Amino acid sequence: MIQLKNLSREFQVGNQVVHALDAIDLSISQGDYVSIMGVSGCGKTTLLNILGLLDTPSSGDYILSGINTSEMNDDEMANIRSTKIGFIFQSFHLIPRLTAAENVEIPMILAGHSQKMRAEKVAKALARVNLTDRSDHRPEQLSGGERQRVAIARSIVMEPEVLLADEPTGNLDSTSGSEIVELIEELNQGGLTLILVTHDKEIGKRSNRVIRLLDGKIIFNQTQQGI
Amino acid sequence: MKFSDLLFLAFSSLIRYPLRTMMLLIATSIGVMAVILLTAVGEGARDYITSEFRDLGTNLIIVIPGKHETSGGGGPADFAGLAPRDLTVEDAISLRQIDTIKAIAPIVLGEMPASFGGFERDVPVIGTTPEFLRVRRWEMREGDFLPGVTLDRSPPVCAIGKEVEKELFGTSRAIGQWLRVGDRRCRVTGIIDSDGRAIGIDVQKIVVMPVSLVTALFNRPSLFRIIAEAESRIYMDQIKKDIIRIIKKRHQGKEDITVVRQDTVMASFDNIFNVLTMALASIASISLFVAGILIMNVMLVAVSQRQSEIGLLKAIGAKNRQISNLFLTEAILLSGSGAILGLILGHSITLSLKTIFPTYNFLPPTWASVVSLFVALICGALFGLIPARRAAKLDPVIALSGEK
Repeated sequence: MIQLKNLSREFQVGNQVVHALDAIDLSISQGDYVSIMGVSGCGKTTLLNILGLLDTPSSGDYILSGINTSEMNDDEMANIRSTKIGFIFQSFHLIPRLTAAENVEIPMILAGHSQKMRAEKVAKALARVNLTDRSDHRPEQLSGGERQRVAIARSIVMEPEVLLADEPTGNLDSTSGSEIVELIEELNQGGLTLILVTHDKEIGKRSNRVIRLLDGKIIFNQTQQGI
Repeated sequence: MKFSDLLFLAFSSLIRYPLRTMMLLIATSIGVMAVILLTAVGEGARDYITSEFRDLGTNLIIVIPGKHETSGGGGPADFAGLAPRDLTVEDAISLRQIDTIKAIAPIVLGEMPASFGGFERDVPVIGTTPEFLRVRRWEMREGDFLPGVTLDRSPPVCAIGKEVEKELFGTSRAIGQWLRVGDRRCRVTGIIDSDGRAIGIDVQKIVVMPVSLVTALFNRPSLFRIIAEAESRIYMDQIKKDIIRIIKKRHQGKEDITVVRQDTVMASFDNIFNVLTMALASIASISLFVAGILIMNVMLVAVSQRQSEIGLLKAIGAKNRQISNLFLTEAILLSGSGAILGLILGHSITLSLKTIFPTYNFLPPTWASVVSLFVALICGALFGLIPARRAAKLDPVIALSGEK
C-alpha cells in the first residue's frame, strides 16, 4: 500500500545541500510491522514525516493506496492525514488545557463529525487503551505511559490504515515503554500497518521487518522470522 | 469543523492563559468604554443646551438684549465696555403693533427668599405673562397661571412649582394663601404640574409672578429676554425684521438686540454638538485601534508559543483554513468580549455619574454602543488575520520539532 520510488529529500543548510533521504525505493504492504532504525541524523524522522505527508519529497514519488501524493494539494494531504494516518510522538504532543477525552476527540472535531458519533468513538478508543477511568484527567494529571496511551487513542480514533510512531517509548521508563509497545503491537495484529522509528534494538527485533538507514540511504532491509 | 467546536477550542485556549486574556480584555474594554463615556459627555452637553429650546412651543422668536455678532469682534461700544441698553417691558409692549404676533412673553429672572408661615427658602423667581405657560407648554396641576396679568397689568398673584408648595405649605392648601417674596406679597393662584428645567432652572422650585412686579422687586427694569409667538411659520422672517426695526427706533437708532428664531438656533446647536460628539468618538476610537494592535502582537506571540500545538493539529488532519479560523476566532472572541465588558463598564460609569452629578447630563447615545462594538469586532478580525495566516503557514515538521 505504500510505495516510495527513487525518493529524495534535500535540505539547504547554509550553502551546503544535505541529502536527508537519497534515492530511496521502498514498499510496505498492508498490515506490516516495520521498524526504521539508524543513528541520529540518518534521515529516519524525515522518512517518517514524508510517509505521514507532513513533509514533501524534493524528487521521486510516494504512492499511497495507489494515489501519487505529489499531485495532492495541502487540503487533500490534510484529508489523508485525517482519515488514513495516525501519529504518535516521542513527546506525546497532547494539548495541555484539554482533558484526555477532549484530546482524543480533536481529530474528529477537525473532521466535522457529529457529537454523538464522537462520544461513541472516543469512548471506544479510550477503552481500547484502557484509560476509560482517566478520561476526565488533564495531561498533567497523567503519568508518561498514560499520556502516550491517550496519544495512541487519539491516533486510532479516526480508524486509520497506518500508524506512524516516532520513538514512542523514548520518554518513558522501561515498564511503561514495553506496555506501549505491546499496545501498538496489538493494534498491528488487528490489521493496522505499523511503522516505527526507534533506537531501541529490542523493539527492532520484535518487528516483522527492519529498515536501517545511513546517510539517507537504506543499507539494510530485511524481513525477519518470528517475534 | 463545526462552529460550536471552533468556539470551544478558541475559548479553551483563552482560559488557558488567563493573564494574557485579562490584559487584552482590559485593553479593548478601555477603548470601548472611552467611546461610551466621551460620547455620553458630548451628547449630554448637546441635550443640556438644546433642551431649553426643545421644550418650547413652535414658531417662536426670541429677543435677547445686546448685539451678538457671529462674525468678527464687536463694535466700539464693546471695546468701551458699555453695557447694551436694557430691554424693557415697554419694549415688549411696543411689539404689540406687529399683528402677526400671537403672543408676547417677556422674562425677568432672579432669586429671592420666599416665605410662608415659619418657613422660608430662596427660590428662583420668574416674572412673565400668562402667555409664558403656552410658550413653555407647562401644565397646571391646580388653579390658574397668573390670572388677569398682562404686559401692563400686574395684580399680586403667583404660580408656584410643586417643590415650593411642598416645602413652604406642607400639607396645608397653598391656593389662595399669601406668599411673601422679598418685600412683596402675592396670592398663590396656581400650582405648576410640570417638572424638568426651564432656562436652566428646575421648574419644581420656581415662583412665577407678573413681569412688572418682578422688575419692581429686583429694582431693575431689564428683561432677560422676550419670547414672541408668530401666528404662523410663514411670518417669522418678517416678524424678525419688524422687531429689529421697532426696537431700533425705540433705542435711538441703535440695533442693540439679537433676534433669533428658535428653530434655527436649535438646529445649529444640534449641529455643533453632533460634530463635537463625533469628534470625541473618533478620538476615543484611537484607543480601540491601539487595542487591536495589542491583540495582534499578543496573538503573534501566541502563535510562536503554540507552534507544537499547531504542528500537532496539522499532523492529525487540520486544514490550513481550520488553523487560521481557530486563531481568528480567538482574536474576535477576545475583542468581542472586551467590547461587551467595555459597554458594561461605560454604561455603569455613566449611570453612577448621573447619580453623583444629577445636574449634569450624561447620555451615551445608542449608536456609540453599536458602532464601538462593531469597530472592536472588525479590529479583532483585521488584526487577528496576520497571526492567523502565520499560524496556518507554519511548516508542521518544524512546528513539531520544537520540544514542549
